[in-house]
Amino acid sequence: MGYILQVIIDALSLGSLYALAALGIGLLFGVLRLINFAHGDFITLGAYALIVPAYGPNAIRFIADFPAPLLIICTILVIVAIALISEFLIFRPLRYATAATLMVGSFALSFVIQNLIIMIYSGRPKSLNLWSELTEIKFLVGDVEIALLPILIVAVTLILLLLLVLFLKRTPWGVQMRAAAEDFKMARMLGVRANFVISLAFVLSAALAAVVSLLFEAQTGILMFRMGTPLMVFAFIATVIGGMGSLVGSVVGGMTVGIVSSVLQAGLPAEVRGYRDVFVFGLVILILLVRPQGLVLSRAARERV
Amino acid sequence: MLKRKTDSRAAQGHRDDGLTLQAVDVTVRFGGLTAVDTVNETLHRGEILGVIGPNGAGKTTFVNALTGFQEPTSGQVKLGQKVISGLSPHWIRRHGVSRSFQAGRLFRDLPVSENVEVAGVSMGLSRRRAHRHAMELIEWIGLKEKARQPAGVLPYTDERRVGIARALAMQPAFVLLDEPAAGMSDLECDDIMRLVKEIPERFGCGVLLIEHNMRVIMGVCERIHVLDSGKTLSRGTPAEVQKDPAVIQAYLGHG
Repeated sequence: MGYILQVIIDALSLGSLYALAALGIGLLFGVLRLINFAHGDFITLGAYALIVPAYGPNAIRFIADFPAPLLIICTILVIVAIALISEFLIFRPLRYATAATLMVGSFALSFVIQNLIIMIYSGRPKSLNLWSELTEIKFLVGDVEIALLPILIVAVTLILLLLLVLFLKRTPWGVQMRAAAEDFKMARMLGVRANFVISLAFVLSAALAAVVSLLFEAQTGILMFRMGTPLMVFAFIATVIGGMGSLVGSVVGGMTVGIVSSVLQAGLPAEVRGYRDVFVFGLVILILLVRPQGLVLSRAARERV
Repeated sequence: MLKRKTDSRAAQGHRDDGLTLQAVDVTVRFGGLTAVDTVNETLHRGEILGVIGPNGAGKTTFVNALTGFQEPTSGQVKLGQKVISGLSPHWIRRHGVSRSFQAGRLFRDLPVSENVEVAGVSMGLSRRRAHRHAMELIEWIGLKEKARQPAGVLPYTDERRVGIARALAMQPAFVLLDEPAAGMSDLECDDIMRLVKEIPERFGCGVLLIEHNMRVIMGVCERIHVLDSGKTLSRGTPAEVQKDPAVIQAYLGHG
């Protein structure tokens, strides 16, 4: 019983991280048709923002020592600033380029960020404990101890999803973003400001990336210059199987990939467990063969059928 | 914020102030083809002007030129005293010249109400005011019960009506409707005619109506401008235009 609960919570918390990262990608894709491969590096930067920029082997704590609310705000501000600078320097000049060009631009940005991190912080992994009490506090359920952190990750994800839905549904900016995501040109013709909605998408996407950074750092306790890349890869896959351009799809996709990974991790025989991702990606291929349009269809497409 | 306020005031404030939308020798060439050839016209607030002509006469191109979607090769478009040709469609929409599209181009995933609201919030209204404003328009087009449905599931005729409502959001000074009754039955046409007729009185704007359906044009327009091969063929009241031998010739000649 306890073991199953453990697997369920692990699955949900991994799924939550993927869902948050996938939402960050999905928001930008929706408005800009940009698949931002630098999203993983925004996540990496969020974790590195916690320490003093220094080349030495040890992490010198900086923002990491701030009280939690300030720490969260500062990390979000740093990543939002970096995202807006990227938009201004790279994506705005490419605004009318094809989606492929935008994507290549995001690859370039990704490599620039990774190499800047190597230059400034060195390429060696550093250890950095963040909010270690979250992993230390445990609940005893049956014969298994369950840590607070994975439960917190799920809760934070649910709250952020709710806030995002409220933002998109209830605010005047949200309506404009949804309209722009559907037909950018038409939205502009009706008076929506292009720079405004695009910047807004970058801000939301970056804020989500910063939250993922903190949760991920609290979980792993380590800094690596490519730590966000695997998250980005899984989150990207999540957006694809969820249905590109659908935010609900991003969440469903993220949860699916996280849950499948965790369940396979727990359920596969020990000899093949190391090849878990083969099964995960096999399933992704299967899903795409059956539903090439993704798991979640847009509302209009569904109701027309 | 300040700028946004000024914009929304600009979109709302010029009711009955003698403002005109004017085409002065507007010419649009695509390579060797002259789609619109030195056309002059002045649209006043409170009137309905029909633009008719055989297929390929340049009607839509003319509307594109008036709304900034196509920069005239030569000639000018003026809103009041200001030359607006060369400015973006976005700027022109924000300053009171609005249009609908032949293909409805609604946001299919958004509810009908939000399709209309977008124009309001993007020009600075609060969500609540934009919603109220949108609901008034939606009630007027008779789609109140469908306001919450995604626009993508609407039947074709309703789509066209939402397109008209969306063009009228934020009290434009001029609204240009591109074949709102295309493909409709006589009964559906009557309904669109009733709506279009009400626009000047109700919203205080000038209407330019492109339409193929002669019954619609003759039924609602006070003045008609006939284009043929990009040139002005005839101008006048419906009765005058119908009697014009050049018009009869052009229509019969084109079958």
